[in-house]
Amino acid sequence: MAATTVRGVVSAEPPESFARRLRQSLRTPIGAAALAAALLLAALAVAGPVVFGDQASKIDTSAMNQGVSGAHLLGTDSLGRDIAARVIVATRLTLRLGLSATAIGLVGGLLLGLAPSVLGRRAGRAVTGVVGVLVAFPGLLFVLFLATIFGIGSTGAVLAIGLALVPTLARLIQNLATSVAGSDYVATARILGVGRFRIVVRHVLPNIVEPVVLFAAQAATGSLIAFAGLSFLGLGVQSPDYDWGRLLNEGLSRIYVNPASALAPGVAVVLAGLVFALLGEAVAQTGGRRTAARAVPAARTPVAMNADGGLAQTPADVDGDALAQLTHLRVSFPGGRTAVRDVSLSVAAGEAVGLVGESGSGKSLTALALAHLVPYPGHVQGVVRFDGHDLLADPRSGRRLGAELAMVFQDPMTSLNPALRVGRQLAEVSEVHLGQSRKAALARAVDRLAAVGIPDPERRARQRPHEYSGGMRQRAFIGMGLMAEPRLIIADEPTTALDVTVQKQVLELLGRVRADSGAALLLISHDLGVVAEVCDRVLVMYAGRVVEELPVSRLFQGAAHPYTRALIGAIPTMTTDLDRELATIPGRPPEPGEEISGCAFATRCAFARDRCRGELPVLAPAAGGAGHRVACWYPRAGDGGTVTDDTDTDDTDTGITRAESEAVA
Amino acid sequence: MSSLELRGVGVRYGRFTAVEGVDLVVPDGSVTGLVGGSGSGKSTVGKAVVGLAPLTAGRILVDGADQPRRPGRTAVQLVFQNPYASLDPRLSIGAAVAEALPKARRAERAAEVARLLGLVGIDPARAVQLPEALSGGQRQRVALARALAARPGVLIADEVTSALDVSVQGAVLNLLRRLQRDLGFALLFISHDLAVVRYLCDQIAVLESGRLVECGPTAEVMARPAHETTRTLLSCIPALPARTAPEAT
Ligand SMILES: Nc1ncnc2c1ncn2[C@@H]1O[C@H](COP(=O)(O)OP(=O)(O)OP(=O)(O)O)[C@@H](O)[C@H]1O
Ligand code: SF4
Ligand SMILES: [Mg+2]
Repeated sequence: MAATTVRGVVSAEPPESFARRLRQSLRTPIGAAALAAALLLAALAVAGPVVFGDQASKIDTSAMNQGVSGAHLLGTDSLGRDIAARVIVATRLTLRLGLSATAIGLVGGLLLGLAPSVLGRRAGRAVTGVVGVLVAFPGLLFVLFLATIFGIGSTGAVLAIGLALVPTLARLIQNLATSVAGSDYVATARILGVGRFRIVVRHVLPNIVEPVVLFAAQAATGSLIAFAGLSFLGLGVQSPDYDWGRLLNEGLSRIYVNPASALAPGVAVVLAGLVFALLGEAVAQTGGRRTAARAVPAARTPVAMNADGGLAQTPADVDGDALAQLTHLRVSFPGGRTAVRDVSLSVAAGEAVGLVGESGSGKSLTALALAHLVPYPGHVQGVVRFDGHDLLADPRSGRRLGAELAMVFQDPMTSLNPALRVGRQLAEVSEVHLGQSRKAALARAVDRLAAVGIPDPERRARQRPHEYSGGMRQRAFIGMGLMAEPRLIIADEPTTALDVTVQKQVLELLGRVRADSGAALLLISHDLGVVAEVCDRVLVMYAGRVVEELPVSRLFQGAAHPYTRALIGAIPTMTTDLDRELATIPGRPPEPGEEISGCAFATRCAFARDRCRGELPVLAPAAGGAGHRVACWYPRAGDGGTVTDDTDTDDTDTGITRAESEAVA
Repeated sequence: MSSLELRGVGVRYGRFTAVEGVDLVVPDGSVTGLVGGSGSGKSTVGKAVVGLAPLTAGRILVDGADQPRRPGRTAVQLVFQNPYASLDPRLSIGAAVAEALPKARRAERAAEVARLLGLVGIDPARAVQLPEALSGGQRQRVALARALAARPGVLIADEVTSALDVSVQGAVLNLLRRLQRDLGFALLFISHDLAVVRYLCDQIAVLESGRLVECGPTAEVMARPAHETTRTLLSCIPALPARTAPEAT
């Protein structure tokens, strides 16, 4: 091969590690504030005693019990010591005690919380039981009980408060660890013989770190306050040491003489608590990033643009008939990853359009862009219109979507809330979007469940999702989309997770729903058979662009793009030759980060010539007939079509031969 | 190499019987397709073999020896159906594959990981990425690479291609078939795609409500399905319209 089209900008970005996310999150306003405050607090703790130590301990009998003055900002105590200096100096001890207690709680919580995952079944159950009993024990009583055992003083207080934290933390960690331990990836690791301890370190801990850190931050705030309380009661820090709690105690006796002396340590406790809370918040943000499913409308620039090659596609001007229309859609992610490069498509009212293409071709993101749901940090460019409203330009129009657009996802397990009854979840939709009463909404939910073929809908509506089978869940979810009368249903691989019999039911259901309600359908699938059964028109995507658009009737006989033809050739059927390898498409589709000049399929295409590698083919009417467009310089002739270009005589009619696929594989 | 034998296998969850009285032999070096409707217990059979589902009756033998009741490293590997749950979201895909490599091979780990990723059609340069940067199909290929890394004697593939594209599916199935023939592991192929089962499997077993209702050589079962369930499954295949004349070579 002479020239390569795809210039390999291999995307070897480092993984989005926790540390990196944390850094990102510290750049947000909350994160920056938390960081600044924490640094200030740390500086006070480190430098305070060094700088103000003398001042804080200097007894001055000539200045006892003074009020606020220029020399003593917060006044002096009964021995004439400067209260402001004492509050600052006390920072170190207060924080040390609070953090040590938190550390004890965290270590104990981790040990007890993770023990059931490491120990065998029986020992694990025993630990779980013990933790259950301890959690039920009243917290304050626990602290006082321990404080009595360990004696009065700061060591006893640290142990008491730290140990009192253990049961709750252990319970939290147990719950989190159990859910991770039940995942397929941990099951796989177990089958691979990875030891229990290693599983905890490699798989469990990294997946629970965020909520645990968040909880620990809260616990730190709590223990600060608990220390203040204990010291205030005289059970904590003993003279001559002092923390904010003792200063508060001393100050309170003179609150009518010098209010500042009591308020200052109190304020210090509250401020330090706030800093911990802020830090926790920053960490929580870090966790939020991970859930890509979070439906945050991404940053958008409503420009009719076309960055790479303005000639790429025929400008689909505003089409009056279209219910939903995308024009020059581009979806990119930080780091130069462009998942959708240039897609224009329209769906007319009542029409069923199929979107097919390989994994990673950008089908899902195209659909998400139409529903205004591209996950953060995706960047959407182009024009997205629904029912004549420009979604990107007019943010309020997004709200209308809730009622008029229904989305069905691939994974029926995660699309329903496991904690809520199915009927309730459905009812919520029409309560929110149609303003129906609770009762009317529930009645409608039962009606919709019946409409999607759920037997005994009244009873089923009262069940929770786990009591449904996968197929029923998917149907219930479709039913949810039908609560408000949608005009467009976007179904992203709605049957991929289902077996053939259920797949057939769901497809029939989608067909019936469309017949009943007249809704349009955008069906995303990698299964050409499914698309052929349900849709009127098919769009084939490759590397973030539409490469062919044709009526379904022509899909299997008249496809003109070498890629489409190769896809069709690769489907195993009941007549596939058993003695040969299955036909495949050699090579790989380009990565979203790769820069492509010319046709993205050229590296895998048997018909590629120099022109293909240099010039991007335009989506242009194909020879086959109305509604057929193809983006290829040398389209294949379909049955009954005509060869539209100067195909070499020795070219065969298919891009992919079995001999080739064997050679490549 | 290894053979897998199920004798009167039963699995109960509390009072619910998921699988009952399943007798099945997957002979050394052969491929058995396990098909059945939604909730018929296909995945449960697979899980029972690796100790992930509680065996309440019967025996499971690999090469004549009882499989341990608890999961651990055995000659059997399993690839799960759901590509979104089968990879640790916090572990790079390269590390996930490396975890499965036999100890002796640790030295050549990076090269082996790259080879395996290449084998399943993933750019080896992506080894450092986390699963979230991959699409569903790409994740499943990584899961397959991980299972192959453990050099299994028996491989259980639970709907592994249902989330894959036809183009990739073909490559993965070719790969699976070639590796199966070269390495000679026994393959229990759980699938709902009968065209794929027909292509890949020597024998086919049909489950219905946790019971085995039909089992026999693939060609025979496909041509003369004896049980109603098998006939229903065969009739549910989406019929592809006749396509362009067989592509010339
Ligand atoms: N949050 C993200 N960050 C970085 N890249 C992403 C992100 N989400 C998706 N991508 C990349 O964008 C490309 C297209 O993703 P998309 O989910 O649209 O693919 P798809 O065509 O729906 O594939 P599949 O059939 O596997 O679902 C993929 O290569 C994917 O790796
Ligand atoms: S023949 Fe068509 S598909 Fe093939 S490389 Fe050229 S433009 Fe691309
Ligand atoms: Mg997708």
